[in-house]
Amino acid sequence: MKIGVLALQGAVAEHIRSLKAAGAEAVAVKRAQELDELKGLVIPGGESTTIGKLMRKYGFMDAIRSFSAQGKPVFGTCAGLIVLADVIEGQEEAHLRLMDMTVARNAFGRQRESFETDLPVKGIDETVRAVFIRAPLIKSVGSEVDVLSTYNGEIVTARQGTLLAASYHPELTDDYRLHAYFVDMVKEAAAAGSRA
Amino acid sequence: METGTSRVKRGMAEMQKGGVIMDVMNAEQAKIAEAAGATAVMALERVPSDIRAAGGVARMADPTIVEEVMKVVSIPVMAKARIGHIVEARVLESMGVDYIDESEVLTPADEVFHISKNEFTIPFVCGAKDLGEALRRIQEGAAMLRTKGEPGTGNIVEAVRHLRLINGQIRKVQALSKDELYHEAKVLGVPYELLLGVHESGKLPVVNFAAGGVATPSDAALMMELGADGVFVGSGIFKSDSPEKFARAIVEATTHYQDYKLIAEVSKNLGTPMKGIEISKLDAASRMQDRGI
Repeated sequence: MKIGVLALQGAVAEHIRSLKAAGAEAVAVKRAQELDELKGLVIPGGESTTIGKLMRKYGFMDAIRSFSAQGKPVFGTCAGLIVLADVIEGQEEAHLRLMDMTVARNAFGRQRESFETDLPVKGIDETVRAVFIRAPLIKSVGSEVDVLSTYNGEIVTARQGTLLAASYHPELTDDYRLHAYFVDMVKEAAAAGSRA
Repeated sequence: METGTSRVKRGMAEMQKGGVIMDVMNAEQAKIAEAAGATAVMALERVPSDIRAAGGVARMADPTIVEEVMKVVSIPVMAKARIGHIVEARVLESMGVDYIDESEVLTPADEVFHISKNEFTIPFVCGAKDLGEALRRIQEGAAMLRTKGEPGTGNIVEAVRHLRLINGQIRKVQALSKDELYHEAKVLGVPYELLLGVHESGKLPVVNFAAGGVATPSDAALMMELGADGVFVGSGIFKSDSPEKFARAIVEATTHYQDYKLIAEVSKNLGTPMKGIEISKLDAASRMQDRGI
């Protein structure tokens, strides 16, 4: 069960550690052709403008869209969530446009407004320690999207089929349950793929 | 809900990893940096090579410049305060700057004490040229480190020296027995608990970037090769012939630091990099790295 972490920029090592702790094999991905051998992909936190620019430069846009079209799961955290979104508020051009949602960047303000809190997440038993760093919010979602958690009434975790997105950074804590949730998604998708 | 925790401050630096943080002096340069793929910008009144040339006392930038930069980019904005200058740091915090660099590039305000950075909500980055400096800054609350290098010289040799030294010292600390660690803490002038953490994990508890002398895409890639988590480029971009090209090339070389064909490709026809200074030509008073130990 090999899962890749997009390694153009951002918190790559932390996701690899968390995926391994959740029982998966995890590798850093720097080239689009490396996607072929993977069953799932994590797009990490970082700067979405940098990651988006480098994705275009190195042919990741079409490669990840076709990866997802094959039913392989993708998980985006913070900048990764922005990269997955269909619409980015106040910005003409979105990136992958895979998830039917509108997101706002830096929605809580600047770094001094960054925070951590205990967050209930649907499908996970007890609260998750969620670290929000210059975090985005999901302002609205389409009918196919399942809201997994909200913070002060705003959406911060969502799932649409094989796509998972979180505004915060589960990779910065020693709580691997959200990664385990994603690893389960990858296992289910792989099983469904081999049945088909 | 808690703000300003160590995890929130250090986590912000984790999100910069593999990225390039660029010095900018106005809104226009900030936009060029963001478009080139910078993960953050450092808003300054003068880049280090100009500070060096101008002489005199270098201070925090005019808040107008910092505000102007904050208005035009969506990426994080950092700004420099003088070593030990608590008020400059509080002023930058009040303006909503995302990260403060307590920097030896500016003239120190205090030759003994650094700012007690744990008391701030916003995170700090500090320079270090050896493991002792690195751990002392972390103890004071720095959430990110960078090599000091020798700023404004366009000469990578000092940044290489500092990163090699810190990484070599970490390997040595890993090999020490627990009883030897007490003595090593005394020799380095650092708290035993932090040194024990390095001994057990084999790394610093915060991100460590390269800074001070990066002038070309290959320089940036070299620092990544030697284990830097990312790169600060000061004078290297806006003191080169073609800032946009240099900025883009340095970003790509940092991401793909082991792809030498790609580095060759992005290094073509860049024009002249900043001129640069041979380190032995600097007298003791103009060595910025010796400030704030």
